Amino acid sequence: MTTDVHQLDDGAWISVNDSREVNVSDLWLLARSDFCGCETTDFLAEGFVKVGVDYPDIQARIAGQCIACGESGVTDWLTVGRVVDPDSGEFYGVVHESVHFPEKRTRLSHSRE
Amino acid sequence: MPSKVEGWKDEVYGNEIREHLMEFAEQGWESIPEDEQDAWFERFKWWGLYHQRSGQESYFMMRIGTPNGVIKPGQLEVIGEVAKEYATGPVDNPEFGEAYCDWTTRQSIQLHWIKIEDIPEIFEKLEAVGLGTQQACGDSWRNIVGCPVAGKDKHEHVDAWSVAEDLHETFKGNDDYANLPRKWKVAIAGCDEGCGQGDINDLAFEPAEKDGEIGFNVRIGGGLSRKEPRLARDIDVWVPPEQAADVAHGMSALFRDHGDREDRFNARIKFLMDEWGPEKMRSVLQEDYVDFELATAGEDMRDQYSYNTGSQDGHNDHVGIHEQKDGNYYVGLNVLVGRMGADDVLELAELADEYGSGEVRLTQRQNIIVTDVPEENLDEFTSEPLLENYSPEPSPFMRGSIACTGTEYCSLSIVETKNRQVRYARWLKDNVELPEDHEDFHIHLSGCTASCAQPQIADVSLRGMKTRKDGEPVEALDIGLGGGLGDDPRFADWVEMRVPADEVPGAIKNLVNNFKDAREGGETFRDFVEDRDEETLAEMVEPEETDYDDPYMHNTKMTWYPYAEDDDMQSSPAPTNAAGESLPSDD
Ligand code: HEM
Ligand code: SF4
Ligand SMILES: [Zn+2]
Repeated sequence: MTTDVHQLDDGAWISVNDSREVNVSDLWLLARSDFCGCETTDFLAEGFVKVGVDYPDIQARIAGQCIACGESGVTDWLTVGRVVDPDSGEFYGVVHESVHFPEKRTRLSHSRE
Repeated sequence: MPSKVEGWKDEVYGNEIREHLMEFAEQGWESIPEDEQDAWFERFKWWGLYHQRSGQESYFMMRIGTPNGVIKPGQLEVIGEVAKEYATGPVDNPEFGEAYCDWTTRQSIQLHWIKIEDIPEIFEKLEAVGLGTQQACGDSWRNIVGCPVAGKDKHEHVDAWSVAEDLHETFKGNDDYANLPRKWKVAIAGCDEGCGQGDINDLAFEPAEKDGEIGFNVRIGGGLSRKEPRLARDIDVWVPPEQAADVAHGMSALFRDHGDREDRFNARIKFLMDEWGPEKMRSVLQEDYVDFELATAGEDMRDQYSYNTGSQDGHNDHVGIHEQKDGNYYVGLNVLVGRMGADDVLELAELADEYGSGEVRLTQRQNIIVTDVPEENLDEFTSEPLLENYSPEPSPFMRGSIACTGTEYCSLSIVETKNRQVRYARWLKDNVELPEDHEDFHIHLSGCTASCAQPQIADVSLRGMKTRKDGEPVEALDIGLGGGLGDDPRFADWVEMRVPADEVPGAIKNLVNNFKDAREGGETFRDFVEDRDEETLAEMVEPEETDYDDPYMHNTKMTWYPYAEDDDMQSSPAPTNAAGESLPSDD
């Protein structure tokens, strides 16, 4: 089974294999990103702009804002979870409160709006 | 590549969704295959059903679109009955109780906690009195909004109600426009007060005179969503009332063919307008989509507009008692944040029958109007106990409040909205004194940037955000000032960002006091804001903790329902079966 990922309801959430898995309104800590001038960006996710799979990672570019400095924009690719076994399709979300490293370059096998 | 949603729409969309919906309803929630849920829920929107947010699986928001806000005699009672019988969830709302109706900023009705198994019965009841949910959501011609007292108003120059009704009949269920790239929002008004709010719609018909005849000027491409607010732009076209439908055909076909189907974020016609500009929009409409010569724009009435302008004279809303052109009166009742308990709705339906014609109308300020009340009934009607809570003479803070759905049900939301705004309005009423010449002071609260509460066109605009207080994340609001419509429409300036939600009432109090001290002569609040720079204004806002208490500071979106005693996501009863009993969820 291929892993099916898309954003729905105007970017409100990410569906992984037809299950609602990642939602807006969470805070993510981003390190080593050039999203804003803060050492770690205290990022409020407001909308999923693009989603994709880089096996086993499920990735997304997220629109939102650093709530420390106010900079807003869209992140580079962030891993939001994993589907380790494509046959079961089971999704393991990352802990969004821990520190994340957005990637500029990516080897996405496919990406969607 | 067309988007995922476009692929689903290619398979099944529009009217044909209904038979599938009915079959699922017959066989129950569990009959919707898990791997088809996303596609079906996207499609169900076209029939007015929107799956509620995470933690509330198997429950739907149901929207009933009205043409121009008109609820005909006999319909309100059915709306109240349906709400009472079917719109109850596992937990009551602490402000509004067990069952309620939301009157929305687009003159629609929203009910929550609807079970798919109840849809056949609900549709039967609604349709028996001429109501329906068709095209209330989804990529469709939505309900037409307009001046809610069209056909009755003394300020009307052309009867927009008959045109609105004609558009409603023509485009509802019309297969030619059933699959649009995105929602299509139309406004029409024939009055000189601007209460159609055409400037924030995709297609607007506004009253204008040409060679002695009153018809409509056409504007295209308004909308507020996503930090990309646009005012509709003048395409230099005038139509007589009998050709309004032809232009509507042409424009929605143009949108159908040229709107962006690859990127839903870029699909609304406001973005095509950005790309094309009004001249090209006009010429493509002329050449490819209408078969008569379009007239150039007529003389409009925008300099008389008063609706939602902050001008403090003329109609800024429809609250209060006003004479109709037939000598009867309409009585505009204030509904705080647009939400009315089902029992109150049923009682109002009786009162409207008893004192008026039984007709009521919804406004774009989330209020309700009882029309056709003869003069001799006014005293008795206005002394009814129900009108203590839904007053025709409310405090400006009650009157000016608008709030969207927010974290209670909406998946895009960042913060709690309606119950918070109720508490704000009460606190402001008790603690803040506006200048005597200010009867209108609009505060609009939207839970996210989609802007369903139309925050950018309020005196005080509030938009959901988060911040940290003592290191802990709390719900917060961005504060904007000085938005409004009229001849010279203006979106709010966002002057103070990420204010903790419990400091917002204090901020508004300080702002009002600073305004009173610093205003010159009879300056209105809106003019005051327009004449000062952002920095000066930001200093006047001064967020502050007060005795206002906010029970929703924690991250309400992380609960399954913000007002449940045990609100932990893991404690959600959803999904449930038709009887409301928990079903095993897939994870
Ligand atoms: C479940 C609740 C709701 C959801 C998920 C929702 C979703 C949205 C979204 C995504 C937008 C941005 C639209 C766009 O890009 O075109 C929007 C805008 C808007 N919605 Fe809602 N909405 C909800 C409730 C409401 C309600 C209660 C109303 C009143 C009918 C409403 C009326 C509007 C208006 C007036 C706008 C902004 C103006 C515009 O850009 O057209 N929405 N909504
Ligand atoms: S403004 Fe945002 S939070 Fe409020 S109802 Fe619209 S989409 Fe939901
Ligand atoms: Zn920052």
